[in-house]
Amino acid sequence: MKSLDELDKLRQKLQQDMQVRDNDHEVRVTVSMGTCGIAAGAREIVQAMLEELKEQGLNNVALTQTSCVGLCQHEPLLEVARGGEKTTYINVDREKAREIVRKHLVQGQVIKDWTNPEK
Amino acid sequence: MEMYRSHVLVCAGAGCISSACKSVQTALMEHIDKHGLGKEVKVVETGCMGPCDLGPVVMIFPDGVFYRKLKPEDAAEIVSEHLLKGKVVQRLLHQPVGQTEKVTSFDQLDFFKRQTRIALRNTGVINPESVEEYIARDGYRALGQALSQMTPQQVVDTIKESGLRGRGGAGFPTGLKWEFTARATGSPKYVVCNADEGDPGAFMDRSILEGDPHSVLEAMAICGYAIGAAKGYIYVRAEYPLAVERLETAIAKAREYGLLGTNIFGTGFDFDVEIRVGAGAFVCGEETALLASIEGQRGEPRPKPPFPAQAGLWGKPTVINNVETWANVPPIILKGAQWFASIGTEKSKGTKVFALAGKVNNTGLVEVPMGTTLREIIFDIGGGIPGGKKFKAVQTGGPSGGCIPAEYLDTPVDYESLSKLGTIMGSGGMIIVDEDTCMVDLAKFFLEFVQEESCGKCAPCRIGTKRMLEILERITTGRGREGDIELLEELSQVIKSSALCGLGQTAPNPVLSTLRYFRSEYESHIRDKKCPAGACRSMLAYYINPEACKGCGLCSKLCPTEAITGEKKQPHVIDPDKCIKCGTCFEKCKFNAITTVN
Repeated sequence: MKSLDELDKLRQKLQQDMQVRDNDHEVRVTVSMGTCGIAAGAREIVQAMLEELKEQGLNNVALTQTSCVGLCQHEPLLEVARGGEKTTYINVDREKAREIVRKHLVQGQVIKDWTNPEK
Repeated sequence: MEMYRSHVLVCAGAGCISSACKSVQTALMEHIDKHGLGKEVKVVETGCMGPCDLGPVVMIFPDGVFYRKLKPEDAAEIVSEHLLKGKVVQRLLHQPVGQTEKVTSFDQLDFFKRQTRIALRNTGVINPESVEEYIARDGYRALGQALSQMTPQQVVDTIKESGLRGRGGAGFPTGLKWEFTARATGSPKYVVCNADEGDPGAFMDRSILEGDPHSVLEAMAICGYAIGAAKGYIYVRAEYPLAVERLETAIAKAREYGLLGTNIFGTGFDFDVEIRVGAGAFVCGEETALLASIEGQRGEPRPKPPFPAQAGLWGKPTVINNVETWANVPPIILKGAQWFASIGTEKSKGTKVFALAGKVNNTGLVEVPMGTTLREIIFDIGGGIPGGKKFKAVQTGGPSGGCIPAEYLDTPVDYESLSKLGTIMGSGGMIIVDEDTCMVDLAKFFLEFVQEESCGKCAPCRIGTKRMLEILERITTGRGREGDIELLEELSQVIKSSALCGLGQTAPNPVLSTLRYFRSEYESHIRDKKCPAGACRSMLAYYINPEACKGCGLCSKLCPTEAITGEKKQPHVIDPDKCIKCGTCFEKCKFNAITTVN
């Protein structure tokens, strides 16, 4: 260790991995993983989310899962909770998941089109 | 490090290891692989989380869900339900005694909620074998800051102003100790960590070493800088093999990162640490004996002064602190003396780790601000006494301490208030006893311990404790004589004032403190030949209730002295003259027909 700066840089890099263990996440992303969700491909959504979160270097996002929320025909479902506001995305796929990270989580823009059943 | 959506923390403290956490961990990993979750879920082995009676315990993040008493068979359900589908497995949650609802998240548990964790800040949270996880939790930042932004004097001043006192027993101000050593002439100087924890019932140092070894290394390096030492030794007992192993890993990792060794943080400061494994003699926790043992001499104490600050290892100025004291140092440097001094009481700053053991619902490690009352620790955090029994006393400070009866439960715990009650903080062991414990027997237990552990160098300790033990044995077996209490008191005073080291000087304390609060128990043993708690076996008479006895004859078959006789299918009787009170018949009777009479 050559300097305090070097330690600080290393620490910031390492903290990303550890932030899962904090209990005060700003944003909580919940993927429905009931039988219906898994059958519709929710597992892939989680993978894609993880990859994109890492690429964007997002700290303070908790990625959790829940079971069937009762909208089986719209699976895979994904809910983003930030403060008191909640957004549920339906029929998510890998690409949509990555886009949700970039638009919603990074820029704070809700992608309204993906929250309603497609006509 | 990779990013995972979930971390599964498996407690691998000594308590959980003995309840087979390894097989739970293996099963979890197998099922995680089976479901292809290996890239999303990380399994992390941590140090002791605290609630040892619930082991093996697991925490799952980011939800903070806490599962307890796991078996390998439970792994399949945790993985398929919780990790895959996000459904909490209700049956594996903890339901605290006296509560009707199960607790999902660990921060809802009273056990955790009421704690303030400074020394245990990382224990049970990080993987002790990963220096990266320690760094992510601000590890080695205090060392970096001290080396690059503070003078050695400023470091000493910070520790002084924080009010930190030794957590090993006597409670000497840590900063003052450092200052004495910094000012002492003599070179080289040394830094020593006392990890020879030997008090019955105490395991806080072990947990810190096993759960957060880097915090001790970092603190020792900070001290090295403050006093001008380049070398540190950790004296750890051989009975703590896991602690030794994790310390070795930690030292190697710290050297790899250049956090120990030469030119640390590019400041020209050199510091390295070596481990010395002690063979587990209780007296080696005594600082002068410990230093002798590191030097390769017999682990025997010597008179003080000179104190180690002046003449320690190889006669050179040496700072020696215990593990828990060290663990407090990095946060003090990072957050400042004022922050630390704002926690605790006027003369006892910060927090103290206690090891709850004995007759209490939640056994394990707890860290609370100084000044927390005994009642809060034992009843709110510890969950009270099991089996609806009555609290009788709490023994603090191990063999050098004493016991506190129920009327003082509202005493705030700090160094001064405990010593006023005739006991000490000591290392922080707390053994809780209920109404079924005989206080004479308890005092005998501790005296037996010091008598065995006495190094024998000085006569008061070697012979005096032996004589005291003989008297206690006499009393508990119904052969006590008038005058025994006075004799015990006299012996105690003489040993206290004439023994060479702390071990001998405090050896009579368990006897004196039980005499102080439970003198009548001694008296009834001696005068009435009765043990009020019904614990001293030889004072009991065994008796067969003729109405409950079915005449099965099992007791007479098992009786080693043929004291039990009777016809088949007829009530049996015990001949009190032949009975040696072994208790076999009492334990084995299927009809609960045998009772004891005090």
